[in-house]
Amino acid sequence: MGDYPSRSADTNAGGPDVTGRHARAAGTGVSPRLPGVPPLGGGGALPTKARFGVESGFRAVSTAAGAMVLVIIVAIAIFLISKATPALRADTQNFLTYERWFPNDTQPHFGIAALAFGTVLTSIIALIVAVPIALGIALFLSHYAPKRLATPLGFIIDLLAAVPSVVFGLWGRDVFLNPVRDFSLWLNEYFGWIPIFGGDGPFGRSILLGSLVLAIMVLPIVTSLSREVFMQTPGMNEEAALALGATKWEMVRTAVLPYGRPGVIAAVMLGLGRALGETIALALTLGTVFNISFNIIQNGGNSIAANIANTFGEANATGRGALIASGLVLFAITLVVNMAARAIIYRRREFRDSAA
Amino acid sequence: MSLLEREMPDVVMTPGHIRARKLPIVVSLIIAVVAIAASAALVLGTGIGNWVLVAVIAGILYLVGLFAAATRVEGRRAARNRIWKGLIYAACVLAILPLASVVWTLVSKGASRLDGSFFGTSMNNIGARDPEGGAYHAIIGTLEQVGLATLMAVPLGVLGAIYLVEYGRGRFALTVRFFVDVMTGIPSIVAGLFVLAFWVLIVSPWFNNGTPRFSGFAASLALTVLMLPTIVRSTEEMLRLVPDPLREGAYALGIPQWKTITRIVLPTALPGIVTGIMLAIARAAGETAPVLLVAGGTAAINFDPFAGNQSSLALFVYQQAGDASRYAPARAWTAALTLVALVLILTIAAKLLARRTRLTR
Repeated sequence: MGDYPSRSADTNAGGPDVTGRHARAAGTGVSPRLPGVPPLGGGGALPTKARFGVESGFRAVSTAAGAMVLVIIVAIAIFLISKATPALRADTQNFLTYERWFPNDTQPHFGIAALAFGTVLTSIIALIVAVPIALGIALFLSHYAPKRLATPLGFIIDLLAAVPSVVFGLWGRDVFLNPVRDFSLWLNEYFGWIPIFGGDGPFGRSILLGSLVLAIMVLPIVTSLSREVFMQTPGMNEEAALALGATKWEMVRTAVLPYGRPGVIAAVMLGLGRALGETIALALTLGTVFNISFNIIQNGGNSIAANIANTFGEANATGRGALIASGLVLFAITLVVNMAARAIIYRRREFRDSAA
Repeated sequence: MSLLEREMPDVVMTPGHIRARKLPIVVSLIIAVVAIAASAALVLGTGIGNWVLVAVIAGILYLVGLFAAATRVEGRRAARNRIWKGLIYAACVLAILPLASVVWTLVSKGASRLDGSFFGTSMNNIGARDPEGGAYHAIIGTLEQVGLATLMAVPLGVLGAIYLVEYGRGRFALTVRFFVDVMTGIPSIVAGLFVLAFWVLIVSPWFNNGTPRFSGFAASLALTVLMLPTIVRSTEEMLRLVPDPLREGAYALGIPQWKTITRIVLPTALPGIVTGIMLAIARAAGETAPVLLVAGGTAAINFDPFAGNQSSLALFVYQQAGDASRYAPARAWTAALTLVALVLILTIAAKLLARRTRLTR
């Protein structure tokens, strides 16, 4: 493809007039159009560019479809704000710092302090648990596993990313609850002097359970993205390290991990985005208590999304508005996290085509 | 005798084979056994934990012992290599356990109600003490909502991708592409809240004499918002993979751009585009939160997605999970098994289809 302009990831790669050539090649005559003068080229006139033909119609429709994406995002923000403002005005407490949630009372008082805290805490704990394991699996699949094992295992990991979250929530509540309860009892008995493992309350449906279920859900996403990143390490770098006498781990540490760091950071942030927005798994496994506490093993914990799922059924108009307001906060948080992740991906041109 | 054989007698070097001193496998096995025994004695003897703690402490002791032995025989760097290899293997085992447990529970608990009545009846008139009841209404709801969402999202997404690849130039196209990527991260509940605020609370009263109405169509709108970025991204990738000479040959023959796209570029990229659409459908079928918010959920069969509450399979699982009846967990697990089977079939078919595309990166 030597003398053809290549269609690279950057549409402006060849310069501003390269792709314009294609549009013009659709059939404008090269000669100027003078009034009253027959078109040059003899009887078989060159095809003229119709003003309202199919071409410009199709182009307009495609552009409109592309613009719809921006319209949808702006519409989300606008409609959420419009439905949230009446409830926010009716709130008798400060929305950002108040912990309790009573929007259905005659004097509504509600705030997202506890909800936002729970959302962020569960997501962070989930990431702390999931990221090392995900990186380990990704390294195993890209460098340590025999090729015949790596491809099916990678396939299975991708499949696990597709399992709906309600299934994980159901499993977490029915199967995982008792082991986590036993683990919480053990932690409380031997490590109860650390505040996060203290307390005497009932254990089980706690932030620990929610975070662990969330970690299991975030694992496949971070694993598959990191694995793609690790597999793209230039072979020359790896072989150079090995040729200099490095052991396999030293090769990974010096050639693979530094090369993949932006991609891994982006994968982690995408996993964070998913964890922040997770609704059903947390609705089924958290204990729904509205307070800010670092104790992760006692019954309790709540997140913005789980609260919406749990209280939507009984909410009146103000209640719905309050839930929409909390959803707006969640939208803002995930928007910021996703934009940061994508900005990191975009800075590294090589990862542009492989980002999820 | 060479200098090497004199100085380091256990290093074997022939033209085809260079081997340094290595820790024999037997030694690592012995270390493993000793670690398990010591850990069992420590934990079970003093009663501070159960078999899980035994396994964890045995693992730690094994790694420590291995490091010590390998340092003596092979050297620090080789020992560190062994430890990290062990940790990476441990990470895999640690991750496989819960995932295998999920699969096992799905199959074992979900098989209990895999009978005809489950797929043929709804939950209408089923009380808390009735063991019957099924997910027919939920399956209908899922099929209709996902079907409508696909009908809306596919043209929009494919046209948007065509814009990004063929017509888009400059800042606007870059902005659209950036925000398509950002949109992949929108939580499903936010999409549900958006449709609640927009369609259910503002638009539907126009058609319903002033009262807001939940409907399956509203859920389809939310699912469209969730499917759109996936379809746009995957279609865009596939369209970019279509080789340029194909397009340029068409232009050279005088074919207008729109005809080139619809008759030549799209059919070439079609397997990959269908793959992306199927993956988006698989994701949409499993979404609970939007349906919970805007479709209302009902126990009765409702074939009309534009009027009245509808349920969906994922919502059915969630509601049965929260139900206090003794027969609800079985229904929840069977519905979960059905849902996972549906999603996995779609995903596997999509990935197998992806291998049939002639375009490569």
